[in-house]
Amino acid sequence: MNKITSLSNAVKEYVRPGDTLYAAGFTHLIPFAAGHEIIRQGIDGLVLARATPDLIYDQMVAAGCARKVIFSYMGNPGVGSLRFVRGEIEAGRLEWEEYSHFSMISRLQAGAAGLPFMPMNPTAAGDLEKANPQYRTVVDPYSGGQVVVVPALQPDVAIVHVQRADNQGNAHIWGIIGEQKEAAFASKKVVVTAEEIVDEDVIRSDPNRTLIPGFIVDAVCHIPFCAHPSYTQGYYDRDNNFYLQWDEISRNRESVQSYLDEWVYGVKNRSEYWQKLGPEVHQRLQAGSRPSAVVDYGEY
Amino acid sequence: MNPPGDYSSSELLTINAARLLRDGEVVFVGVGLPNLACNLARRTHAPNLLMIYEAGVIGAQPARLPLSIGDPTLVSGATSVCSMYDIFAFYLQRGNVDVGFLGGAQIDRFGNINATIIGDYEHPKVRLPGSGGSMEIAAWANRCYIITPHQRRRFPEKVDFRTSAGFLDGRVEREQANLRGAGPQAVVTNLGVMEPDESGELILTALHPGATVEQVQENTGWEIKTTPALRTTAPPTGDELRILREELDPTGIYI
Repeated sequence: MNKITSLSNAVKEYVRPGDTLYAAGFTHLIPFAAGHEIIRQGIDGLVLARATPDLIYDQMVAAGCARKVIFSYMGNPGVGSLRFVRGEIEAGRLEWEEYSHFSMISRLQAGAAGLPFMPMNPTAAGDLEKANPQYRTVVDPYSGGQVVVVPALQPDVAIVHVQRADNQGNAHIWGIIGEQKEAAFASKKVVVTAEEIVDEDVIRSDPNRTLIPGFIVDAVCHIPFCAHPSYTQGYYDRDNNFYLQWDEISRNRESVQSYLDEWVYGVKNRSEYWQKLGPEVHQRLQAGSRPSAVVDYGEY
Repeated sequence: MNPPGDYSSSELLTINAARLLRDGEVVFVGVGLPNLACNLARRTHAPNLLMIYEAGVIGAQPARLPLSIGDPTLVSGATSVCSMYDIFAFYLQRGNVDVGFLGGAQIDRFGNINATIIGDYEHPKVRLPGSGGSMEIAAWANRCYIITPHQRRRFPEKVDFRTSAGFLDGRVEREQANLRGAGPQAVVTNLGVMEPDESGELILTALHPGATVEQVQENTGWEIKTTPALRTTAPPTGDELRILREELDPTGIYI
């Protein structure tokens, strides 16, 4: 089935007010274009789950889309504080639920596997487990020792950006794969955004690289440069300058609002946003070439 | 407060951290100074250091200075890339990591770290980024090293929130918790090095050239003990400084 649709249609159809959303990608492949489209459509009351909320959730929280964040590292990666979310939490205006990276990812792993919870070895630190009642300790029925458990996370919708997909949603991903696969399998609905839409033949030429099978995907959107200011391995680099700039922009509400006015509300879609960034940025983010050796699957 | 000599505090921290790594070890690398320290060690005394990044990259050989934990330069030329679940489960929890580096807003007398909040958890005065991978690194890496500037507010007697385990309330307590990692083995600051004694308490074991015990005491929130065998660390060598400044961080982003 051909699932290609516009991002604006996919968001309208699959992201509902109040949903729990997982916009996947650990530093890599963060679907900023989808975050911006959700902001433009004014969808609110969302529970935003991500190991690292990153700038995408800072912007969505600033735009009033969220009632709660679930996270394991709330910083501006490589820069410092994630100022907007931090300010909202300190002011008591935003709910939050917090994990370590491993427990956050274990929640998705359980969700993706259809298990009720996931066990982990104890870390003895203790305070986060006291602060967040979702952490429990149970007896290992085999050794009699103790294991820490966290409940499955099954978001209403995952948005996963990939290098290339066919029109059914079979998706190739390479580079840092973070929690892309887990988020897709854990969620009830899956929207795939892709740098390129390719023939099914391209997918079938390298089946090991298909992290997400089309049959769990609901919509496929062709969105080149979807991940800016994060990056897509082999396509364009991370815009570290923008991560630094955001540290300044996010110091006050007015500059955040004028950023949103200009770069989110002020553009129709990602293609307009990318053009607006201009040739200097395009050139600065260009990636050189470093292809892998060819893999021969054999003819049988 | 810059130490005497022709090098910065960050250079001193990084170089002394690099010297703690042994050739052939598997190290779980964080971005910033730990990343510089590991890359420096790899280019000096530890050419076979295997660098693992929490983004799921194994055997990274970054061609440029990575500016985030998931920089694409970590991936190109690495030996393997895996999911985040795999890196924490198969590599860290399973016991395949020798060394972990940690930092944090507060480090206490027993090497426990706070990276979560200052003040009350429900109504935080300062909301910090949180654990990330540090809760598991502190528990499961064979040894941990902490790198941080030496400031009184960073070294309270007790942390406001225990994000990751040092020796808890003493070495015995960590032993009873039966964690697979041995806990923090050294805290490297711009003044010197602190190491845990038999009870797990951090004591001053080395000063950098020109630093004094008084300076350390002034900048530490508990009455710090000093080992009778107090050492002075060797000053940074020309080679170490050259590699840091010319090869690893030529535009001076971290140093």
